[in-house]
Amino acid sequence: MPQSQPTAFINARLVDPESRYDGPGALVVAEGVIADVSRRPRFENLSADLRVVDCAGAMLAPGLIDLRVKTGEPGAEPKETLKSASRAAAAGGVTSIVVQPDTNPAVDDPAMVDFILRRARDIELVHVYPAGAATRHCAGERMTEIGLMREAGAVYFTDGDHSIVNSKTFRRILTYARTFDALVAHRPADPWLTEGACATEGEFAARAGLPASPAVAERIMLERDLAIAELTDGRLLVDQITTETALETLHRFRARGVRALATASINHLCFNEIDTGDYRTFYRLDPPLRPESDRQALIDAVASGLVPIIVSAHAPLPAEDKRLPFSEALPGAVGLETLLPALLGFHHESRASLIDLIRAVTLAPAETLGLQAGRLSAGAPADLVLCDLDAPVRVEADRLISKSKNSPFDGRRLQGQVLMTLVDGRVVHQASA
Amino acid sequence: MTSTADLETQIRERIFAFPTPHFLGVDALNRPVAEQLLALADAFVAVNRQNEKKLSILRGRTLVNLFFENSTRTQMSFELAGKRLGADTMNMAPRTSSIAKGETLIDTAMTLNAMKPDLLVVRHSASGAAELLARKVGCNVINAGDGWHEHPTQALLDALTLMRAFGRVEGLTVAICGDVLHSRVARSNVGLLQTLGAQVRLVGPPTLMPAGVERWGADVFHDMRKGVAGVDVIMMLRLQLERMDGAFVPSTREYFRFYGLDAEKLALARPHVRVMHPGPMNRGVEIDSGVADDPAVSLIRDQVEMGVAARMAVLASLSARGEGGN
Repeated sequence: MPQSQPTAFINARLVDPESRYDGPGALVVAEGVIADVSRRPRFENLSADLRVVDCAGAMLAPGLIDLRVKTGEPGAEPKETLKSASRAAAAGGVTSIVVQPDTNPAVDDPAMVDFILRRARDIELVHVYPAGAATRHCAGERMTEIGLMREAGAVYFTDGDHSIVNSKTFRRILTYARTFDALVAHRPADPWLTEGACATEGEFAARAGLPASPAVAERIMLERDLAIAELTDGRLLVDQITTETALETLHRFRARGVRALATASINHLCFNEIDTGDYRTFYRLDPPLRPESDRQALIDAVASGLVPIIVSAHAPLPAEDKRLPFSEALPGAVGLETLLPALLGFHHESRASLIDLIRAVTLAPAETLGLQAGRLSAGAPADLVLCDLDAPVRVEADRLISKSKNSPFDGRRLQGQVLMTLVDGRVVHQASA
Repeated sequence: MTSTADLETQIRERIFAFPTPHFLGVDALNRPVAEQLLALADAFVAVNRQNEKKLSILRGRTLVNLFFENSTRTQMSFELAGKRLGADTMNMAPRTSSIAKGETLIDTAMTLNAMKPDLLVVRHSASGAAELLARKVGCNVINAGDGWHEHPTQALLDALTLMRAFGRVEGLTVAICGDVLHSRVARSNVGLLQTLGAQVRLVGPPTLMPAGVERWGADVFHDMRKGVAGVDVIMMLRLQLERMDGAFVPSTREYFRFYGLDAEKLALARPHVRVMHPGPMNRGVEIDSGVADDPAVSLIRDQVEMGVAARMAVLASLSARGEGGN
């Protein structure tokens, strides 16, 4: 379908988190944007040059915006390139990805930000937004050119999987970033309590004989991060909150007006430590999987809005990094292609409403980054996903588009097949019939 | 005295197929199976005391010892067990071979697997390593210690030692003392001793106790004097030297003062108390030499002897089952 040809999607189930509308409708896409939206299944008098797609009741929603995606580019291309990640995203109905800066070399100066953006333009699939490193080489010591990188197009600042241990450095980054109203993301984990650990301390890890860190390791660092956010009035994105005790901390600081938002990874919403079973390394994640009580607390926090954003935490790893004893395997899971079906599965088994879950992967991240996408309103970019909510899918890791196949959903049955993905009105993925 | 050939005939009648294709942890054993295995092991003790010790039960089979972590004692015990059953045994210490060249655990296992061994004995520093290997190879895998997780043949030989010393395991009160946190011996022993009806106590400083240990069904003591009071058996654990000196406990002398087994603490136990240690011992750190070497008290040398018999029983039973992983 050429970009210029206007298209009408009729007989759709529109799910729009902005207007909180979930019901029948139709929508016209023209010149890369949503030109018209109707709450009737079809338009009265459609112009003849419109191409018509009959959605047959499938869900038409804003394309997903994933705030945390790792690729291997630059430096570890066999794991994942920007192109393979983009193709995986398109197949999963994800139309915008924020790629992490802890690559090799790190995305820690404006030229590297520009490199990512140029590569994304050449690939021309989904929107790729670079996150910039908060410190040079993500080493946690010296601040990067936050202002220049922001001008170049970095959407937030983080050291990715690396902790910024030095509180003085962290304070200065948040203080300085405020000048540009830049968002700083940080994963809360006490570096000493989590050193060498690959599981959450408790009965499960003790019986399995796995080196473990206590859940409070997350809260301890979060208390520091939020206290510094309060001190500096900086904008903080809490990267992948996972424990009940840290959620209580977040709630307390949010109630005081601290400008902090948190994300949850789909993995921590879907799995608990017991899924690790007999040392299955696809469940070796960082942060590690938690006990069921933490998972339930996280589900509640997503439902209540305390944690408004859900990410895939896409972290591609080749077989040689996973075919190892559990404690020696590298942590992480791919997730771009399974985010939406997993979310739908999660919707079916929990009390979370579809529109709230869609909001957590569309409008909420869009608002966080100041993007116009993530909503179904006239004038918004035509970043869309068409998904058959009732189609059962069985995840087979070997058939994933991602270069790495480390999916904890391997072999699981999920619900929801992506039929079509559009970015700026272009079809970037279409399911084979 | 019965001849070895007669013993072999008697033993062959007792060999039964192991319940699982691999022996990775003590949860493979329920009480009847554990007791059957102990009875079989007991029969092998008699063989090991003969001049002629060689049987033909595993003739033609190949046993490979794959030790990624050094352990002279366990490796020799398995090697001897295999040889006495008539198997061809081979030792591989990947630390000094391909692993140093970057070959992974699984590559090494696959290479070995292609040579069609029948039994693979694995020791590795990571928990779950034996489990991982068992999924990839086509022979019977025996876990000879994986990280902090399990060392099931050690638990079996300890149970055999107790069975022979006390005539039973049921009803004994056993205090397992020391570094429980990092101990696969403790994990396997807690499981098997409880299966066999013993009361287990865990004794050690809180820094060396795993989280959630109070839910293991054992009584937990941080005061060793209380922990060993009235027990039938004191099982000491080895404390790795690098874990002292301020990391988990302040110093060796402080550790010995509060958690070392000496005559004074020993006197708090029952009069007939027996002492065990999986070896190798740190004399003067976790155990006093006088206690360790007292033949009236110490079962430590018996444990070594029982180790060979217990492993013979496991090897024979697993071979009778055949069909490894795939």
